[in-house]
Amino acid sequence: MPEQPGKNAIEVRGVRKVFGAGENQVAALDTVSVSIRENEFFTLLGPSGCGKTTLLRLIAGFDFPTAGEILLHGQDIAPLPPYKRPVNTVFQSYALFPHMTVAQNIGFGLEMLGKPKAETEARVAQMLKLVKMEALKARRTSQISGGQQQRVALARALAPQPKVLLLDEPLSALDYKLRKEMQIELKRLQHETGITFIFVTHDQEEALTMSDRIAVMSAGKILQVGTPRDIYERPAERFVADFIGETNFLPGTVVSKQAGVATVKFASNATIAAGYPEGFDPTGEVTLVVRPEHADLVPDPAKGTIAGTLSNIVYFGTDTHYHVKLDGGENFIVRHQNSRSSPVTFGTGAKVGIQFEEDAARVLKD
Amino acid sequence: MTIATLSPTAPSQVTPSKAALFEARAVKAGARRNRLLSLPALVIIGIFGVLPLIIICVYSFLVAAPYGGVQWQFSTDAYLNFLFQRDIFDDTLQFTPDFLIIYLRSFLFAVVTTVICLLLGFPTAYFMATRPPAQRNWWVLLITIPFWSNLLVRTLAIMFIIRDEGLINDALLALGVIDKPITMLYTNFAIQLGLLYAFLPFMVLPLYSSLEKLDFRLIEAACDLYATRRQVLWRVIIPLSKPGIIAGCLLVFIPALGAYVTPLILGGGVHLMIGDLIAQQFGSGRNWPLGCAQALILMAAVLVALFFYVRNTSGKVQHG
Repeated sequence: MPEQPGKNAIEVRGVRKVFGAGENQVAALDTVSVSIRENEFFTLLGPSGCGKTTLLRLIAGFDFPTAGEILLHGQDIAPLPPYKRPVNTVFQSYALFPHMTVAQNIGFGLEMLGKPKAETEARVAQMLKLVKMEALKARRTSQISGGQQQRVALARALAPQPKVLLLDEPLSALDYKLRKEMQIELKRLQHETGITFIFVTHDQEEALTMSDRIAVMSAGKILQVGTPRDIYERPAERFVADFIGETNFLPGTVVSKQAGVATVKFASNATIAAGYPEGFDPTGEVTLVVRPEHADLVPDPAKGTIAGTLSNIVYFGTDTHYHVKLDGGENFIVRHQNSRSSPVTFGTGAKVGIQFEEDAARVLKD
Repeated sequence: MTIATLSPTAPSQVTPSKAALFEARAVKAGARRNRLLSLPALVIIGIFGVLPLIIICVYSFLVAAPYGGVQWQFSTDAYLNFLFQRDIFDDTLQFTPDFLIIYLRSFLFAVVTTVICLLLGFPTAYFMATRPPAQRNWWVLLITIPFWSNLLVRTLAIMFIIRDEGLINDALLALGVIDKPITMLYTNFAIQLGLLYAFLPFMVLPLYSSLEKLDFRLIEAACDLYATRRQVLWRVIIPLSKPGIIAGCLLVFIPALGAYVTPLILGGGVHLMIGDLIAQQFGSGRNWPLGCAQALILMAAVLVALFFYVRNTSGKVQHG
């Protein structure tokens, strides 16, 4: 899609970050370029060590890039120290000042900016209300719970009205229920403040549910940038498909291809039409990916595209996972949503066929 | 730890369930065991700390014997002698501020020592605390090297460095910077230098242990929230290292106030400090009650100073 320079909150251009020197050199970021739009909830998603936190720290100014530039609203901020950037961070550990009260923590940024006392107080009151912490404003940060600390950290970072808010795995220390609550809370805050959020996480579910767009990272590179639906349904690479959600991988051979659709033949001689990403030319032996929920079990093995033996059934409440040992030897998982009237019941050991929904299979580069 | 924190709540437990009763009994037994553990320390403090203090207190209200020691006769002369001199002929009391001046001078020495130690020690400790963990222990070791030899020996060494024919004067003369030696030994400067040298490690070590525990992510957070380097120092680093600052100041100020060897050697007996004054009463002065009174007055002054110091600083530190 064409770049619109004026509309980008952050533009990262060819940024490299190398730690260490000589023999011990490690490239934490390997020539990364990405544009983050204004008022966007943008997520950097990847396994630990993929460079997502490094990129966040470069934007915040805690580290400086080895090469490349970082633009904030078109202005290069790479050489500026953190205290000169209109960017605030919510830290993974919250990093609240233990010697200050909740209100003093929230007001710290405004005070450092030299805002008049009345303005600071009004803004702190507004922030306390926004994160629903008015009752605890006089408490020390050690006297409040983890979830409350999280809210204070958010309020503290939002109080100076930054152009961009950086969030470094802010929910990872919270328990499951609180995390769900804070996910909704974060979306609400982003909506109400209209500030660009850059969110770092290794939790794919968190990324899918919260983001406007996601950048999937691995080994210091950005593999794919897109909406959650793009990333999930049209992964560009095998790593992306594997990292986000559950995926079945099937070997096959390309027979023919035209206009972005390849015909792939399985060992059983069955064929299937599979899409593939732009700029990729699949030939010969390839791997097909199929999401577990894009396939169905049929009792008659002959009716399925591929066939196998049901080896295990795992009940998950909302859905059931059927593990199928394919005749070719691979494992395949079919996810079936449970309903009051599931028409067919299968038993382990039964021979079954697997049918694919339309567009279910994609060929991806390894 | 858990036993100790539980014990105060144990007696107030109202539910007389068997488990609770058992727990309460176990807690009580635990508390008793803990008290028993502290007994040896209490005995030592009692014999070598409290008892001598009582003796000093009693002696200060007795009359000096002509050749040292005391006569068992009640008198407040020792305290009167601190500020007044009794006229030999008509027994009237005359105000003499000699002792007071020595006390005030000692306080001044101790304050200057504390302030300079803090100014020198803080950057040093900060430097040490920001080294990689493997390096830090080496820096601590370096700081403690002076402790490996006796203070008296080290003070004599300073004497050799700063005396008229000492290292500094010889070097400056040889370089032609000066044509006659600068007198440094037996001056206030010499005492001050000796005190600084003797007490700097006592400032650095507690500061270091405080700064080492500092969460440096807080500094990043402050930077992120528009604090300049100076503001980070005053608003985050110093408030969070306050326990170390307080401990360091106490560890320097109190011993510096009672310093004995350093002013004796480097001041040449001309520039007295409290320690020398008190020692004199038990030696050549042969006035034990006066020495005892002087020691108690010093202690009272320190306690008063401490009271105000702690009250002014601890309020802002808070636990956690």
